[in-house]
Amino acid sequence: MIDEPFAHGSSIIHRIDPRFKAVFAGALSVATAVSYRFEALFFALGLSLLLVIAARLAMGLVIKKLMVVVGFLLLLWLVLPLTFEGEVFTRIGPVKITRPGLILSAQITLKSLSILMMFIALVTTASLVTLGHAMDRLGIPAKIVHLLLMSYRYIFVIEQEYRRLSRAAAVRGFTPGTNLHTYRTYAYLVGMIFVRAAERADQVYKAMRCRGFNGRFYCLAEFPAHRRNWIFAGLMTISLAVLVLLEFTNAAQVLT
Amino acid sequence: MNTDHPIICLNNISFSYPGADAPVLDQLDFDFYAGERTGLVAPNGSGKTTLFQIVMGLLKPDSGHIKIFGKTVSEEKDFVAVRPRIGLLFQDADDQLFSPTVLEDVAFGPLNLGKSKQEAVAISRRMLSSLGLEGFEDRITLKLSGGEKRLVALAAVLAMQPEVLLLDEPSAGLDEKTKEHLVGILKNLDISYIIVSHEFDFLAGLAESIYTLQNGKIVLDTELHLHEHVHAHTYGRQPHKHD
Repeated sequence: MIDEPFAHGSSIIHRIDPRFKAVFAGALSVATAVSYRFEALFFALGLSLLLVIAARLAMGLVIKKLMVVVGFLLLLWLVLPLTFEGEVFTRIGPVKITRPGLILSAQITLKSLSILMMFIALVTTASLVTLGHAMDRLGIPAKIVHLLLMSYRYIFVIEQEYRRLSRAAAVRGFTPGTNLHTYRTYAYLVGMIFVRAAERADQVYKAMRCRGFNGRFYCLAEFPAHRRNWIFAGLMTISLAVLVLLEFTNAAQVLT
Repeated sequence: MNTDHPIICLNNISFSYPGADAPVLDQLDFDFYAGERTGLVAPNGSGKTTLFQIVMGLLKPDSGHIKIFGKTVSEEKDFVAVRPRIGLLFQDADDQLFSPTVLEDVAFGPLNLGKSKQEAVAISRRMLSSLGLEGFEDRITLKLSGGEKRLVALAAVLAMQPEVLLLDEPSAGLDEKTKEHLVGILKNLDISYIIVSHEFDFLAGLAESIYTLQNGKIVLDTELHLHEHVHAHTYGRQPHKHD
């Protein structure tokens, strides 16, 4: 089941209109992704840390979520400095460690951690349902919004069906191993899940037609206006401007 | 409403699933009149769900005619016109509740019927509270219990203000308390309905006449059948009599 550990809270970030949060999460992460200068990247990291702190999330859990990319980043640190062509930074025995490889690894690390924390602070602090409604209000096509919401709704049902099937296999003495029987059983299981998902979709569509569905979806959610949304928008716009300035002008040199 | 003409009239309906040996429904005739409360008791796989889906135009019969509210319905557009007037409660509430929140799901039908958001929300709130589901509006549908899902699905069907209800195994999987609650709701509704169930006790309290499906046909079961119950009680091993 999809758990949304950050979705509920009473911090200032939680109370900001999800549409504003989604827009700035998008804009900031694009700006971070295209930045290369370390001034800009460290600013992005600082900003994302501030946002996570402002959202008052359980830090242990945030770190746990970050660990997912940390493993991937460690692999990059192992491979890139050794394989990337360029000026040699240092040598360990016969192995060359290149400066561009190190720089690239650092950039990727900073970018991915910042973007992930921005999304944790701004996007996961609203439930997926609220986010769907926010997307609808932002003019994202209804079909995409409903694809998201229906996936959210039925992934749990499909998971239950999977569990039922694997329990049925387990009670008949099935223990997975490295053999053809295991692979075949898993293939049947997956196939069965697809069949059941298709049948489920068919039934849901029938039920929708019974209630007069004619291809149009409606969204009931309302997002009340509040001053704090615009303050947030102002702060985020300034941050975005600073990020862009740091990337495109030699701000660091001007200051020194 | 004129009670002389049936509101649902099935004539010579046959249906078989591809690859099956025998048809599920075999030249079935059935008339349902306004104000009737009918039960249909039959074993699994005897075609009860199929029958409901044929009435709603979700499955196309191999042969036969269907008249609903006095009009022949055969094509999708005929069924689109009558569907809002017949509420079908699906056997599996998960099929029916696809919206993320309860209020949105109940409002889905009224919105499709062209009601404004305010009207749809008002109808939905009224319907939820009349079924004892106040405060459920913002609950997430997938996190409801089985019984709650069934009741919300019923609210969603009733929110369209249908004239007839078709209930497919409404008591299946419910605990005794929820079942009683459901019986209470259905008894107090001013609406005609057909209930499919294999729980005789549940049907007996709700239906005025009970039919069965036999060999693909609907049969009125009026004969008295002598049968024995196996029952258990303490000292059951001792020779004894029951009056």
